[in-house]
Amino acid sequence: MNDFFISGLMIFMLSTFVGLDVIKKVSPLLHTPLMSLTNAISAICIVGAILVAGSAEHESKLGTILGSIAVFCSMTNIVSGFLITDRMLKMFKKRKPVEESKKA
Amino acid sequence: MITQLTYIVAGALFIMSLRWMNSPVTARKGVYAGIAAMLLGVGGTLLSPSVDRFTAIAVAMVLGTLVGIPLAAVPITAVPQRTALSHAFGALAAALVGVGKYYTFSQAELTPFITGAIVFEVLLGFVTFTGSIIAALKLQEVISGRPMTFPGQNFVNFSILGAAVILGVFLVMDPTQSWMFIGVAVLALLFGILLVLPIGGADMPTVISLLNSYAGLSAVAMGFVLHNPLLIIAGALDGASGLILSIIMCKAMNRSFTNVLFGAFGKAQKVVPGEEGEKIHRSVTAEEAAEYLKEAQKVVIVPGYGMAVAQAQHKVRELFDNLTKRGIEVKFAIHPVAGRMPGHMNVLLAEADIPYDNLIEMDEINPEMAQVDIAIVIGANDVVNPAAKTNPGSPIYGMPVIEVDKARQIIFLKRGLSTGFAGVENELFFNSKTMMLFGSAKETVAHLAAELKKN
Repeated sequence: MNDFFISGLMIFMLSTFVGLDVIKKVSPLLHTPLMSLTNAISAICIVGAILVAGSAEHESKLGTILGSIAVFCSMTNIVSGFLITDRMLKMFKKRKPVEESKKA
Repeated sequence: MITQLTYIVAGALFIMSLRWMNSPVTARKGVYAGIAAMLLGVGGTLLSPSVDRFTAIAVAMVLGTLVGIPLAAVPITAVPQRTALSHAFGALAAALVGVGKYYTFSQAELTPFITGAIVFEVLLGFVTFTGSIIAALKLQEVISGRPMTFPGQNFVNFSILGAAVILGVFLVMDPTQSWMFIGVAVLALLFGILLVLPIGGADMPTVISLLNSYAGLSAVAMGFVLHNPLLIIAGALDGASGLILSIIMCKAMNRSFTNVLFGAFGKAQKVVPGEEGEKIHRSVTAEEAAEYLKEAQKVVIVPGYGMAVAQAQHKVRELFDNLTKRGIEVKFAIHPVAGRMPGHMNVLLAEADIPYDNLIEMDEINPEMAQVDIAIVIGANDVVNPAAKTNPGSPIYGMPVIEVDKARQIIFLKRGLSTGFAGVENELFFNSKTMMLFGSAKETVAHLAAELKKN
């Protein structure tokens, strides 16, 4: 049995519980930005894509081509994911203090 | 060594990033933490000795950036499509890395464990890829949002998935049989298409969330293939997020996963007739409705996706302003499936500059509904239909709804008396305290807002 298998499963199990716990606390108000943020975060796949595209030990044309397409896809998600999340979050504003004081 | 250390910090930052999303006040900090984590992860990988050719990577990164920037500038109504498309991109990346690994690894390296992880990665990646493309096309209305079905569909779908899994198992036993690998990939691509085609537009929030979860899991599988813990952490976080959102969406529609995926909602549902006889509704003009509103103290606005389709958000904001200026307390009641993806309605209203403290979730607003003088329903139907509570024969029975029927009066803004997504008639139209205000949402809301501005 592969050594990494068990420790990998352990990491997976722990991060899933952490994830469930953290995500449960996210206000439903922000569920759309949350999804675009997790999208950007899971584009960490780019790490794998880089390892395939630029691999020192497995140099092959196919690997470079497939890896580069994967780098392109992930990069698109990273850039658009973070940008659009920030753009949406900027829209969420609290009530203006002027209105608050008028009410009081 | 340096690479591993950057991964640990990046993993911690990803968790912090999601933690900060729990409040709109800290959320933007979360984005910056995410960016920092990404830079660390990518930087650490580029520094690692196992990468030594950079030209192709650099070109791909530049191209990805060029495509990513305009994708982030889409209108808020198009965010669900963009999200589906980015699930497709993410899943494709995962699948291609899996394919690349399969063909570049030597036979000795293709241990049963590695091969199994690659099969899992490619299967999930390609299913999510084509499934998300179909979802995006449906949301963009390039193909019809109506469920597309044929007899024996579920049988065909399961056979395809079953065949892919069986091929995958055989491949693990004998990794040299590359035709099986191609078979898994082709079947997965096909299954993704067939899985999403029969799902109707109303179920898209659940489907997007599920695909989000799958995209995360394919990243996890990639982590196992590459022995990379950071991929497992980030993928698990994404998977958990998609899972929670799917559960919330399912609960909000009182459906199960199986029902959403294989039920082809909205197609064969027979409309259950209520009591027979001529039903009478009361129609009012905007002027009359405005007079009622001037007398009110507490108003709740229930927006549905029809409001966004009519591009009426900014007019709704004017209405909100003019009501608030008269000292009337205004709140927005947000049903979890009011938009096309989780939380969509909140962003649409936030974009129209409506303060987020006035956006109230369904569960919080329902206990208050009895004290509400007037509920204004704009472009929503099923999510306020009392049949969900009272009529066990109704297809939407059991779905949680915003209880506008408890308000003292109801103003319904609608084009006509047509039914909602679920094809269910709404008895609320014929309730004695309901006023129907017919017309296009944008014009009617503008008219109402103008009337309220006058004295």
